[in-house]
Amino acid sequence: MSEAEVTREGSLGQRPGREASPGSEGGRRRRRGGRRGERAMVPDAEFRSYYGRPIIKAPTWAATDIAGYLFLGGLAGASSVLAFGAEVTGRPALARAAKAGALGAISLSTAALIHDLGRPERFVNMLRVAKPTSPMSMGSWILVAYGPAAGLAAVTDATGLFRRIGRAATGWTALTGPAVVSYTSVLIADTAVPAWHEAYRELPFVFAGSGAAAAAGLGLVAAPVRETAPARGAAVFGAVLDVAATRLLERRLGPIAEPYRTGRGGRLMRAAQALTVAGAAGAAVFAGRSRAAAALCGGALLAGSACTRFGIFEAGRASAEDPRYTVMVQRGRREPSG
Amino acid sequence: MGRIAGPLDDVAGDAGHIGHPPRMGFFTDTSVCIGCKACEVACKEWNAIPEDGLTFTGMSYDNTQGLGADTWRHVAFIEQRKPLGLQDPGVEHGSYDAYDGVDVLGMASEAAARGGDGDRGELRWLMASDVCKHCTHAACLDVCPTGSLFRTEYGTVVVQEDICNGCGYCVPACPYGVIDQREDDGRVWKCTMCYDRISDGREPACAKACPTDSIQYGPLDELRERAAARVEQLHDAGVDDARLYGDDPGDGVGGDGAFFLLLDEPEAYGLPPDPVVTTRDLPSMWRHAGVAALTLLGGMAAAYAAGRRR
Repeated sequence: MSEAEVTREGSLGQRPGREASPGSEGGRRRRRGGRRGERAMVPDAEFRSYYGRPIIKAPTWAATDIAGYLFLGGLAGASSVLAFGAEVTGRPALARAAKAGALGAISLSTAALIHDLGRPERFVNMLRVAKPTSPMSMGSWILVAYGPAAGLAAVTDATGLFRRIGRAATGWTALTGPAVVSYTSVLIADTAVPAWHEAYRELPFVFAGSGAAAAAGLGLVAAPVRETAPARGAAVFGAVLDVAATRLLERRLGPIAEPYRTGRGGRLMRAAQALTVAGAAGAAVFAGRSRAAAALCGGALLAGSACTRFGIFEAGRASAEDPRYTVMVQRGRREPSG
Repeated sequence: MGRIAGPLDDVAGDAGHIGHPPRMGFFTDTSVCIGCKACEVACKEWNAIPEDGLTFTGMSYDNTQGLGADTWRHVAFIEQRKPLGLQDPGVEHGSYDAYDGVDVLGMASEAAARGGDGDRGELRWLMASDVCKHCTHAACLDVCPTGSLFRTEYGTVVVQEDICNGCGYCVPACPYGVIDQREDDGRVWKCTMCYDRISDGREPACAKACPTDSIQYGPLDELRERAAARVEQLHDAGVDDARLYGDDPGDGVGGDGAFFLLLDEPEAYGLPPDPVVTTRDLPSMWRHAGVAALTLLGGMAAAYAAGRRR
């Protein structure tokens, strides 16, 4: 906006433009008295951030859809493993329940995934490419590999038709099921969300344990006591893995794990631990004696697994919404002392 | 697939472009930003971005708040009690008393209560126009499951709106919190560095509108040289706070296609101090998930083995 006057001696009053040094025009500072000048609108914040606003964007995902998917995916995948074991060891009722559970859970979770899309009618675009750098792309293909087989396994079992195909499908789901369980941890860890990304080493094990506990819970609820011995074992295994990996996660992350201990995420995680431990202990001690006790323990395990996934989801959201965590992770990385 | 982390000289070539133009970028020199928001307006106008709420935030002159689906340029305003270099902040009005006729006594007691001692003029007002960084290793692009996000021949990162299905994965993946979902639309949106304009040999709308050349557009190599010289000039002028942000190809995102000259720590501007592309750790994530999957299989097998004995 400055106007330079062009004279014989050259340009007069020319401004430096983008070469300007801030402050060079105002002259040196003077001491002043009285109350003049503009007032700073905002006091200096102690923690350096831009008005406390988050640095990264929290996920736009709905908790019921995506945390629900994390839970149902884990339930489905681990149930398929349980079903295959039940089938080969001659436990038809447990196998049937686990297969039906796997199909129901994977159908619901696929519906939840599509429902969460901003443009649900474009869900097939998920299969437009196969990208190893995108856990969601890989996950879509894992679901394609797993889902129809889970359907085949459950339907052939329920109808009694094509038993050999059903057996093969069950075997296939037992192989791909664990991928369905653990890939979802990569799905959320592969983000800039501090509580998720920093936990990428432990989350797969939390998910594996939580999935096993959920599948065991379903087995305990739906199968007669004489067939549920492996489900009780799976409950103990899943609960131990889940709780141990969560402990490890909280210890290694230190202050970054705060969202797992406080607020909504913390409450859900505490509920998850109580339900999972109680469910597994009950399964080990009482579930072999009474169907009612087994169902109760199974329900606790299912609820515990759901709480774990919702707790992790909420913890991640809280860590994204507070710029402190983002800065803590990054300053800690750059300056080991800080 | 190209490399997932580390310095990368030919980002468009790595993405498969052959015979492509040089990598283009933004250098946003915040030391000459005057906070006019012409960039915000020009961006909205050119890209036909919908209105996204008229709110009063109380955050200095910033009612835009941050980048998002409907804000692709955002001017931050930061008020600090700190002199800028050798500068008179220019907020003293000389012999003219701006507070003439104001309740001076009341304000004086307020100042006394705050421990005011006449250093009120020690104010600096930082303004900075933020934008998508067009990272060398862009997490949004890496995690996009549909291939909607892609690398252009200019090395920039653009969303193809006819493909995006609104999965929202790019939103928490971006280490800068740039890309976001438009609520009534479902898809995600962000700066395209005016892909349409630059394809036609023009500069992006924000750079074109910037009256002080705070936003400079050009080949990234040239911009980096110019920026290095500018920082030196400012340091010589006593502005010791001046620093470049996002210019280093060795940083966690392989350097930004849109980098900045800042006058304070990045977090004061709402920028992450040391961003890392999340996919850098992806190979390790898959390994951990693989071991966890095998652990699950093993644990279940053990449960059956134990169950048989009972």
